[in-house]
Amino acid sequence: MSLSEFWFILIAILFIGFFVLEGFDFGVGIVSRFLGKNDLEKRAYINTIGPFWDANEVWLITAGGAMFAAFPHWYATMFSGFYIPLVLMLLALILRGVSFEFRSKVNNPKWRNTWDWALFIGSFLPPILWGVVLANFMTGMPIDQNKEMVGGFIQFLHPFALLGGVMFLLLCIVHGLQFITIRTEGTLQDRARNVGVKLAPFTILLLLVFILIGLYTTDIFTYHGSLWVIVPFLALIALFAANVLNIKKYDGWAFALTSATIVLLTASIFIGMFPRVMISSMNEAYHLTVYNASSGDYTLKIMSYFSLTLLPFVLGYQAWSYYIFRKRIKKKDQLEY
Amino acid sequence: MDVLDLARLQFASTTIFHYIYVPISIGLALIIAILQTLYVVKNDEMYKRATKFWGTLFLINFAVGVVTGILQEFQFGMNWSTYSRFVGDVFGPSLAIEGLLAFFMESTFIGIWVFGWNRLSKKVHLLSIWLVSLGTILSSFWILSANAFMQSPVGYEFADGRAQMTSFTEILTNPHLWVQFPHVLFSAFLTGAFLVAGISAWKIYRKHDVEVFKQSFRVAIIIGTVSVLFTMVFGHQQMQHLYETQPMKLAAAEGLWQNSQDPAPFTVAAVIDTENQANSFEIQIPYLLSFLTFNEFSGSLQGLLELQEQYVETYGPGNYIPPVKTVFWSFRIMVASGMITLLLALYGWYASRKDKLESKPLFLKLMTVGIGLPFLGNTFGWIMTEMGRQPWVVFGIMQTEDAVSPTVTFNEVLFSFISFTTLYAILAGVSVYLFVNHIRKEKHVEQVDQVTEDPFEEEGTAVVS
Repeated sequence: MSLSEFWFILIAILFIGFFVLEGFDFGVGIVSRFLGKNDLEKRAYINTIGPFWDANEVWLITAGGAMFAAFPHWYATMFSGFYIPLVLMLLALILRGVSFEFRSKVNNPKWRNTWDWALFIGSFLPPILWGVVLANFMTGMPIDQNKEMVGGFIQFLHPFALLGGVMFLLLCIVHGLQFITIRTEGTLQDRARNVGVKLAPFTILLLLVFILIGLYTTDIFTYHGSLWVIVPFLALIALFAANVLNIKKYDGWAFALTSATIVLLTASIFIGMFPRVMISSMNEAYHLTVYNASSGDYTLKIMSYFSLTLLPFVLGYQAWSYYIFRKRIKKKDQLEY
Repeated sequence: MDVLDLARLQFASTTIFHYIYVPISIGLALIIAILQTLYVVKNDEMYKRATKFWGTLFLINFAVGVVTGILQEFQFGMNWSTYSRFVGDVFGPSLAIEGLLAFFMESTFIGIWVFGWNRLSKKVHLLSIWLVSLGTILSSFWILSANAFMQSPVGYEFADGRAQMTSFTEILTNPHLWVQFPHVLFSAFLTGAFLVAGISAWKIYRKHDVEVFKQSFRVAIIIGTVSVLFTMVFGHQQMQHLYETQPMKLAAAEGLWQNSQDPAPFTVAAVIDTENQANSFEIQIPYLLSFLTFNEFSGSLQGLLELQEQYVETYGPGNYIPPVKTVFWSFRIMVASGMITLLLALYGWYASRKDKLESKPLFLKLMTVGIGLPFLGNTFGWIMTEMGRQPWVVFGIMQTEDAVSPTVTFNEVLFSFISFTTLYAILAGVSVYLFVNHIRKEKHVEQVDQVTEDPFEEEGTAVVS
C-alpha cells in the first residue's frame, strides 16, 4: 500500500466517523424541538448530545485539514466546486453551534423558541447537503483537464442527488432517535422509539431505491467486482435489523446497527470511488485519483507519523468522554444547554 | 470590484471577526484554569464562584470562536483553490495537525469540563480545563506555523509545478514562527486578562461580590502585565526580524519612501502621499529607528522605492509596494494600544497589591474601557502583517491575485459574503448582549446553586452555568 492510498483510507475513516457521530447529533437537533413537549423536555433531549457534539464536529474539521494536506487537489477542486452547497452548510453549522450555547442563557420562551428553530435549521440542512454531495461523488462531476469543476451549482441538484439528500436526512433522524433511546428513559425514551418505528419503513425504502439507482446508473457499488455490492445491501439489512431491535427495545444493539448502516453505506461509496477521489463526468482521463491529487511522499510520511501517534490518544479520550457521560439523562438532572 | 477583491474582503472580514473571539478563548481558558487551580488547592468556594462566573462568558465566546473557525479552514479551498493546490503540501499539514492535536483536545475536554462538575473528582475536573487551555495554545502554534510559511517560506522546493515540503523541521523552526508565535500568544493572554480585569473593575465599582472580583482582578492583572511586556519584547524582535525577511513591510510600516538617513529617525506621524510616493509632513524622533532596528544609534534602512527596484529585478515587472498608509497607521495604532495597555496594567497591579482599587473609581472605569485596547492591537497587528505582505500571498512565491479560485463566480462570492457578514453581525450582537446580560446580574452564583439542588422547583427556568 502506498502512502497516498493509506491517506485515502484515513480520510475516508475521518469522514465516516464524522457521519456516524455527527449524524446522531444532527438527528437529535432536528427532533428535539418536536419531541419535547415543554422547555425542560427539549433541554433533556438536547443535553443527550451536550458533552459530545463539539468534538464530533471536529471529525469534519480534521477530515478537511487532512484532505488539504494529503490531497491538495481533492480539497481545492471539491471545496471550490461545491461552493454554494458548502456556504449553506457552513451557515447551518455556525447557526447550530451557537444555538446550543445561546438558548439556555436567557430564560424567555421567545428567545428559546428562536434558538430552537436555529438548532433545527442548522441540523436539518447539513445532512441533506451531505447526501447531495455523496450522490454527486457517485455520479461524477464535470471536472475539466485543469482539475477544475465547471458549471454552476444547479447541476448538483439532479433527482438522484435530491434522493440522496432526503435519504441521508432520514437516516440521520432515525440514527438520532436511536441515540436518544440509549440516553434517556421513560416517556422521553418511548416517544423517540415510537417516532423511530414510524420513520423506519420510509428510510429503508429510500435507502433501497438509492442503492438500486446507484447500482444501475453508477459504477460505485461494483467498481472492484460485483461481489462488492454486498456492502450497501448490508447497510440496508443493518437498518432493517435496527428497526426490529428498536421495536423489541434492544436499544444498544439497535443504535449499533444504525451506526453500522451509516458506516457501511458511506464506506461502500468511498470503496467504489477508490482509487478515484473525484470522478469526472466529462472524461475518464480527468478523474482526480489518489495518485494525481496527492501531496509529495515526504509530506505524507510526516503526516503519517503524526496521525498514527495522535489518533490512539484522540480515540481514547473521546471514548472516555462517552464513558463518563454514559448515564441516562433524567429531567431532574443538571442540564447545561 | 471584481471577484478577487470580494474574496479578499470576505477573507479579511471573516478572519478579523474570528480573531475577536479566539484571543479571548486563549486568554480566558488560562485564567479560568488558574482560578480553578486556586479553588482546588485552597478549597475556597470564592474561587469556585469566580471560575463559574468566567466560565459562562468563556462558553459563549468559545462557541462563536469555534463555529467561525470552521469557515476559516474551508475558505482556503472554497475561495483560494489555486493557492490550496499550490502550497497544500506545505501549508495543509499544519492545519491537519491542528485539528488532530488541538481541536480534538479542546472540544472533547470542554464538554467534559462543562458537564463534569458533579461527575468527576475535583482534580480530574481541573485537569480537563487545563487541557482545554493547552489545546488553545497548541492550536495557535500550528496555525501560526502555517502563517509563518506565508510570511517567510522555508522547508520547500518546487516540484511538479507546486511547492512541496522538503523539511518539516525547517517549517517548525522557521525563525519567523518563533518571533510571531510568542508575540501572538502573549497578546492573546493579554486580551483575556484585560477582559477579566475590565469586567472585574466594573463589578468592583458596582460592589457586586467584591471579594470574587478583586481576586479575579488580581490574577488577571498579573497575567496582563507580564503578557503585555512579553508581547512588546517579541513584537520588537519581530520588527527586527522583518529587516531580514520582509524589508518592504518594514519600510511601509515606517513610511520610508527613500532610504533613510544614517542614523535613522523614527517617524511618529506622517501625511503620506502615495501618489507622489513621498510624505508631505512628518514628525520624527532622531536616532530612534536605527536604535529600534539595529540596537545601536546608527545604521540606515532601505526605502520603498529602492526595494521596489530590487524586487523588479528579482521577481520581474510589477508593483511590490504594499498599501503604505494602511500598514503605517495600523502599526502605530497597534503600538499605541500596547503602550496604553502597559500603563494601565502597571498601575492596576500596583493598586491591586495595595488593595486600593475600591477607592479609585476613575481608574476602575478606565480599566473597563480598556477592555477594547488589546482588540485594537490584535486587529491592527494582523492588518499590518497581512497587508504589509501584499502583493504576495506567500512571500516571494505566489501573489494574491494568482491565488483565487478560477471557477467561483462574482455572484457566488457576493452571496457568501453577504450571508456570512449578516450572520456574523447577528452573532456579534447576540454574544455582546449575552455578555452584558451575564455581567450585569448582581447575583449569579447563588441562583445557580439553588437550581443545581432542585431543578424541579422552577421547572424550565433553570439558568445553569
